[in-house]
Amino acid sequence: MSNEMGDLQTIRQRLAGAHGKEYWRCLEELADSEAFEQLLRAAYPRQAAAWADSLDRRGFLKLMGASLALAGLSGCLSPAPAPTDEKIVPYVKQPEEIIPGKPLYFASAMPLAGYGRGILAESHMGRPTKIEGNPSHPASLGATDIFMQASILELYDPDRAQVLSHAGRIATWDNFFAAINGEMAAQRLNGGASLAILTETITSPTLSFQLQQLLEKFPKARWYQYDAAARDAAHGGARLAFGDVLDAIYRFDRAEVILSLDADFLYYGPGALRYARDFSNKRRVVGAESGMNRLYVVESMPTVTGSMADHRWALAPRALAAFAHAVAGGLGVANIGASQASEGVDQRAVDAVVRDLQNHRGRGIVLAGDHQPAALHALAHAMNQTLGNSGATVHYIEPVEAQPVDHGHSLRALVGAMGAGQVQGLFILGGNPVYSAPADVQFTELLARTRFTVHLSPYENETSALCRWRVPEAHYLESWSDVRAFDGTASLIQPMIAPLYGGRTAHELLAVLLGETGRASYELVRAYWQQQSKARSDFEQFWRAALHDGVVPQSAAQTRQAALKQSSSPPSVGTTTDQAPQAGAAPAAAPLEVLFRPDPSILDGRFANNGWLQELPKPVTKITWDNVILLSPSTGERFGIGRRIGSSGGERGNIYADMVELEVGGRRVRGAGWIVPGHADGCVTVHLGYGRARAGRVGSRLGFNANTIRTAEARWRATGATLRKLADQYPVACTQFHQVMEGRDLIRAGTLEQFRSDPAFVQANDKHAHAESLYPGFKYEGNAWGMAIDLNSCIGCNACVVACVAENNIPVVGKAEVRRGREMHWLRIDRYYKGESDNPEMHHQPVPCMQCENAPCEVVCPTHATTHSEDGLNDMTYNRCVGTRYCSNNCPYKVRRFNFFQYQDFATPSLKLQRNPDVTVRSRGVMEKCTYCVQRIRQAQIEARKDNRAIADGEIATACEQACPAQAIVFGDINDPGSRVTKLKGGALNYGLLTELNTRPRTTYLARLKNPNPELTKE
Amino acid sequence: MAQIFHPSTNTISRVSIFGGIGFIIALILVLVALNRSAYVSEIGVARAQPVPFSHKHHVADDGIDCRYCHTSVEKSSFAGIPSTKICMNCHTQIWPDSAALAPVRESFRTGQAIQWTRVYNLPGFVYFDHSIHLNKGVGCATCHGRIDQMPLTWRVNTLHMDWCLECHRAPELFVRPREQVFNMAYRPPADQLALGRKLIKEYDIRPLTGCSTCHR
Repeated sequence: MSNEMGDLQTIRQRLAGAHGKEYWRCLEELADSEAFEQLLRAAYPRQAAAWADSLDRRGFLKLMGASLALAGLSGCLSPAPAPTDEKIVPYVKQPEEIIPGKPLYFASAMPLAGYGRGILAESHMGRPTKIEGNPSHPASLGATDIFMQASILELYDPDRAQVLSHAGRIATWDNFFAAINGEMAAQRLNGGASLAILTETITSPTLSFQLQQLLEKFPKARWYQYDAAARDAAHGGARLAFGDVLDAIYRFDRAEVILSLDADFLYYGPGALRYARDFSNKRRVVGAESGMNRLYVVESMPTVTGSMADHRWALAPRALAAFAHAVAGGLGVANIGASQASEGVDQRAVDAVVRDLQNHRGRGIVLAGDHQPAALHALAHAMNQTLGNSGATVHYIEPVEAQPVDHGHSLRALVGAMGAGQVQGLFILGGNPVYSAPADVQFTELLARTRFTVHLSPYENETSALCRWRVPEAHYLESWSDVRAFDGTASLIQPMIAPLYGGRTAHELLAVLLGETGRASYELVRAYWQQQSKARSDFEQFWRAALHDGVVPQSAAQTRQAALKQSSSPPSVGTTTDQAPQAGAAPAAAPLEVLFRPDPSILDGRFANNGWLQELPKPVTKITWDNVILLSPSTGERFGIGRRIGSSGGERGNIYADMVELEVGGRRVRGAGWIVPGHADGCVTVHLGYGRARAGRVGSRLGFNANTIRTAEARWRATGATLRKLADQYPVACTQFHQVMEGRDLIRAGTLEQFRSDPAFVQANDKHAHAESLYPGFKYEGNAWGMAIDLNSCIGCNACVVACVAENNIPVVGKAEVRRGREMHWLRIDRYYKGESDNPEMHHQPVPCMQCENAPCEVVCPTHATTHSEDGLNDMTYNRCVGTRYCSNNCPYKVRRFNFFQYQDFATPSLKLQRNPDVTVRSRGVMEKCTYCVQRIRQAQIEARKDNRAIADGEIATACEQACPAQAIVFGDINDPGSRVTKLKGGALNYGLLTELNTRPRTTYLARLKNPNPELTKE
Repeated sequence: MAQIFHPSTNTISRVSIFGGIGFIIALILVLVALNRSAYVSEIGVARAQPVPFSHKHHVADDGIDCRYCHTSVEKSSFAGIPSTKICMNCHTQIWPDSAALAPVRESFRTGQAIQWTRVYNLPGFVYFDHSIHLNKGVGCATCHGRIDQMPLTWRVNTLHMDWCLECHRAPELFVRPREQVFNMAYRPPADQLALGRKLIKEYDIRPLTGCSTCHR
């Protein structure tokens, strides 16, 4: 029986009934299905079954006696004795800046899909170990995303391309240079007529300068671009609206009303960190006088941004376009036939949005998602112009990309040229087009037939396999380069470490093509900037300042006036070619639409071999290690798709989902069908990046490859798909079912209005603990560390989780272990739903260790491995732990993690370099948990004590706090009345989890507030 | 029926029962003693080094301050092992042709570091910080002994946790004025307890015994 989820009818009835649970985490819970009950019972036995074993009392005592006697023995051995002949290797000449034992921080930038995000790389004696955000960089402001955090693991990935090879055999660089010189000499004769360069998105000033040089030298050569994450639609939209490609910069710090048309601007895209900061700053509620912005989101697949919405509508693409159209019509955007495709649109919602936007002229933003058609972007631009938002909350700048071509067209042009035999020499700089090209582009076959092919790549991937020359590319932490951010700000990229595998950069490869073999990236980048600042007499000073700060001063792009094209008749968004099904009840045979989206964790597959990202529960679905076919509850019901909770398979849950086959235009793909509450009906979403054949030992052969059903015409959305349920089921490692907290008052939310009328509503239902004790309470003199997590700001982006993994040497356990509920993340983000299953509210709750003052774990530890420190930390001493797991059993928050196996990779040499030297690397049989980054606390304490001063507020940032783009996590001293955390904890929104157990948690939460439009909440 | 056991069996059984207990106690005592013996703890065992470096010569005879070589001892957790360059600061002039210094010159010429053997080594789960100990008035000699009298370097303490805790529980018995920290010949005054109490107040020394002080 596959459909144990409970049928939809039951769920709806329960929700309608007064006794339905208000908050829920999965449909099974909502339906109170029997299997879910069983799962709960297995995880949390309400009554331990009576001793039913055949073992009698005498036998039991014998066994216990023996184990006690033997347990003592382990204490006789000194734990992990230091090796007697360990060597200590000093420098020959110690660099002046290095103090052994203290890390240095270097500013640099991480290029991701072409765009830069400023970083500070922590370096321990020449060994980068951790990435932090650069506070001076406009795209970071000190925050990081999951990709920046995980890029450090990529640097040390043992599966990176390590050798230069030709036709599958290791070659020398001299051979390679000679081969290129030969090829280029031949190309020069005909002006490079059969020479092609294929790159990803490029914003690097030096690289684009080099490419220009190359095109001047070889005038007939062609530069093509294909990046699976390219922003074609945004560029196309600007071209439609303004007749010119412009980049839009949004000022969320000034916006009061935001309408997102499927734009996941808080999570996805080059400006996401900045936008998340600005957005959440407008939502912080301190007192009744605080205001909040209002976010309307229309989207098909629930996203991080959708979870933050005050009003969210789940609409399939056609209906979404119609909605946008109706809003534009209501706003009076010129040249729109108001009659277009407006049937089925919720007119009440449209009117409310229109009025709200009109009431906030110049203080609103309308924006369209990167995967929406260009026409919708044009429509959004037109709406912003009409509302007077342009120039106020929306700025336009010259495109940051060196050459903002349409990547889809560019790839097809390349394939056309290859097919016509016009490409003899092809240089692919990065990317993996063989994997990521749409299925109907015959790139793969033609690539194999091209005479001279070179692939510069950090990994030997599907594309390398078909290229003659495979050139290992240096990681960005090993290279000199430069990159521009979403607003045009340029940063220099400086190496933290010499290339581990002798990789070269794109600059060096292009220099070879230009006949400058042997010029190093440093020289090239420096020469470019020297030439750019000819007027400067103080170039050295400029260069050093730019390197030190991580940004080139005054390099942000100038804002530009943008006027709508007069003739523009934007938006025929509602009139796409397909025959639309009528809105409303779709007949069973109605074809589906398929939405293609980059995976939230591994994007287009470029991070497929990154274990940290693979194991990260994806923000909404909480699935790890796989992609699935995502559909709405109604669509799932229509096709009879369900899932089964595996009864055997570990502690917490093991989910088997029905396999389905998705067919689009004769192309088929098979994957697990997965129901997501809040998904739009009539369409399914598939994530790219999986089904890799040659990703490496981590990323290969996971999930399915959605590129095989994509076409060049419909890269983000295909119509006319059919879905067929298959007989078999597929195990999915989903953390959604783990650590269920059983419907207690864990997440608290309300509305701004509610808060204003009754500021105490959050704490009103606090259950009071029985705190009577015979013992006097412990007095915390000195510091008392605490944390406040603002659920109102938290966007659930996972940056904190990966930051914690990187800081605390947390191992990756693999899919099989996650299915047993054994993932090791010290910090998890719980996701709760509220309301009806078609379009529920979503709430995120990061849950680290609560550092209880009355910690239940401490009293049950037989070896005193977990104890309380004088500043109120719940310490975990790994070397004392014998692995009884009593503490984990007794933890009401389920935040303790146990090393069931040797999860840590002690064998791979390159991975040892990544580890934080200030944190013990745990081995098998040891319990671990969040420590509030005690290594950072103790370090700051030592520095402060050396100066005989108190630790200043904000001097210690935990890894999660430091990474958070929304600044939702605040850590500090609760004994200091002036500290930020004390003030937050004193607020009316503050509440603790399960305080009725008298655990006195040091980590508390600020309740979530929404700011719904009163027009829409009135019945 | 004759007795199965001869009367002497009583004695044998008494001896074996009490002797057995005695044997177990003796075994435990031997193991404890062994654990603290030089054989296991390496106290007093001079380690072979690539260069027979003498602290006695450099500190006592030449009067070089600890910090000339151990540069980061006041700033960092790690005291710092001198780079070859520091050796060569003097040894380009003094004993430039000495055979014993050949590995140092070799290192300086080739850029290959000298590989010293660790004398003081803590397990990986212990985080010790030199700088804070010096700052709070713990002398070098308190842990490292009279290093100025060691021709080759050996360890003088077990580095067992109870040894660390001796001082962490009662720092007043061990601390000295900051200006005496590097003084190898410093002898605690007769009223160490009074001095210790005074310094604890003055330097704001807090006896930290929480686990995460050292284990992270």
